[in-house]
Amino acid sequence: MQNWIDAYSWINIRFLLQGLWITILISVISVILSFIIGSVLGIIRYAKIPYFSRIIGYIIDVIRNLPLLLIIFFTYFGLPAFGFKPDTIPAAILAMTVFESTMIAEIIRSGILAVDIGQMEASRAMGMKMGQAMWHVVLPQAYKKMIPALVSQFISLIKDTSLATIIVVPELMQHGQVVYGQDPNYIIPVFVAMAIMYFVVCYALSLLSKVIDRRMA
Amino acid sequence: MIKLLTDNWSAFISGFGWTVLSSVLALFFSLIIGSLFAILEVMPSKTARVIGNIYVEIFRNIPLLVITMFFYLVIPLYVVKVNGFTAGTIGLTIYTSAFIAETVRAGINSVDSGQMEAARAQGMSFWQAMKNVVLPQAFKLVIPPLGNQFVNLVKNSSVLAFVAGFDLMYQGNMIASQTFDTVNTYVVVGLFYLVITLPISYYMQHLERKLA
Repeated sequence: MQNWIDAYSWINIRFLLQGLWITILISVISVILSFIIGSVLGIIRYAKIPYFSRIIGYIIDVIRNLPLLLIIFFTYFGLPAFGFKPDTIPAAILAMTVFESTMIAEIIRSGILAVDIGQMEASRAMGMKMGQAMWHVVLPQAYKKMIPALVSQFISLIKDTSLATIIVVPELMQHGQVVYGQDPNYIIPVFVAMAIMYFVVCYALSLLSKVIDRRMA
Repeated sequence: MIKLLTDNWSAFISGFGWTVLSSVLALFFSLIIGSLFAILEVMPSKTARVIGNIYVEIFRNIPLLVITMFFYLVIPLYVVKVNGFTAGTIGLTIYTSAFIAETVRAGINSVDSGQMEAARAQGMSFWQAMKNVVLPQAFKLVIPPLGNQFVNLVKNSSVLAFVAGFDLMYQGNMIASQTFDTVNTYVVVGLFYLVITLPISYYMQHLERKLA
C-alpha cells in the first residue's frame, strides 16, 4: 500500500499530467495538420486525375501499410542524412502527420464515395463547377458520414503518440518511464495511472463521437 | 542498399521471421479471445454483456505500448521470467483481441436476428445456435475487416522493438546503429513490412468490393 501512496505523490502525478499535456498537444497539432493534408490527398485520389491521382494513391498505400514506429525512426534518425535535423517534438509531429494524413485520406475518399453520385451530377447539372459542387454539396455530406471514423482515427493517434517515447519525446509514456525508473515498486501504480489517463481521454472521445453520431442521424 | 541488404541478410530474415511468427501467434490467440468476448457482448445475460464491454473498452482505449511494457516489466517481477518476444506477443494478443471482439460483434449483429430465434425455436441451446448457425454466417461477413486487423497487427508488432523482441524493427535498429546507414536500413525494413502488409490490404480491398 505504501508503494502506491509514494508513487502517487503530487510531484509524480503532476509530472505524469505534464506528459499527458504534451501527448494531447502533439495529437491535436498532428490531427489538424493531417486532416487538412488528408482531405487534399483524399480528394486528389477520388478525382482520378490521370497519372497524378494514381501516383498519389500508391504513395498513400505504401505509407499506410508501414508501421508508424518505422516512420518515427526514419524522421528522427534518417532525415538528418538529408541535412534536416528536427527536434524531438517536431519530429514526432512530422511523423504522425505523414502517417495520419494517409489514413485520413482513405477515410475522406471512402466518405466521398459513400455520398450518392446523383448529388454530384445534380450539382453539375445546375451549372456548378466540379470544385464548387465538391465544396458546397458533396463534402458537407461526406464529412457528416465520416465523423465516427475520423474520431476513432484520432483516438488511435492519441494512443500512437506513446510510440514517440522511443525518441525521448517528453509525453505521458516517457514521463511514466521516468517515474517508475526511480523505484521498481512504482511500476504497477504508474502503469495503472498512465492507463487511466489514456483511457479517460480516449473513452471520452469515443463517447463524444457516439453522441454526435446519434444527434446527426 | 543492395550491399546493405546482402551484408545483413540473415539479420533481416530472422527479424522478418520473428515478426511473422509473433503476428501469426497473436492473430490466432486474439481470434479466439476476441470471438469469446464478442459472444459475451451479445449474450442474453446482462452480466456477461457488461463483462464483455468492459474488457473491450479498456483494451481499445489504452495504447498497445502501455500494455506491452506492462507485461514485459511486471510478469518477470512477480510471476515468471519472460523474454521480450513472449511479453510482446502477449501484449499484442490482448490489444488486438479487443479490436477483433468489436469486429466480430458487428458481424454477429449484422446476421439477421431471425436466424438465432429460429435456431433456438428448433431446440438448440444459445451456444449451439451461436456455433452452428450465427458464427459461420458472421465470420463470412467479417473477413475483410479481420484482414485489415491482421495488417494492423503486423504493423503493431513493431512495438516488439521496445522490449527487445528480435523482430524486424529491432533488427533494423541494430543494423542502423552498426552501419550508421539509417536511411537505407529503414527503407529495407519498410520493404520487408510492405511484403506482408500490401498484398493483404489490396486483397482485402478486392474482397470488400466483391462483397459490396
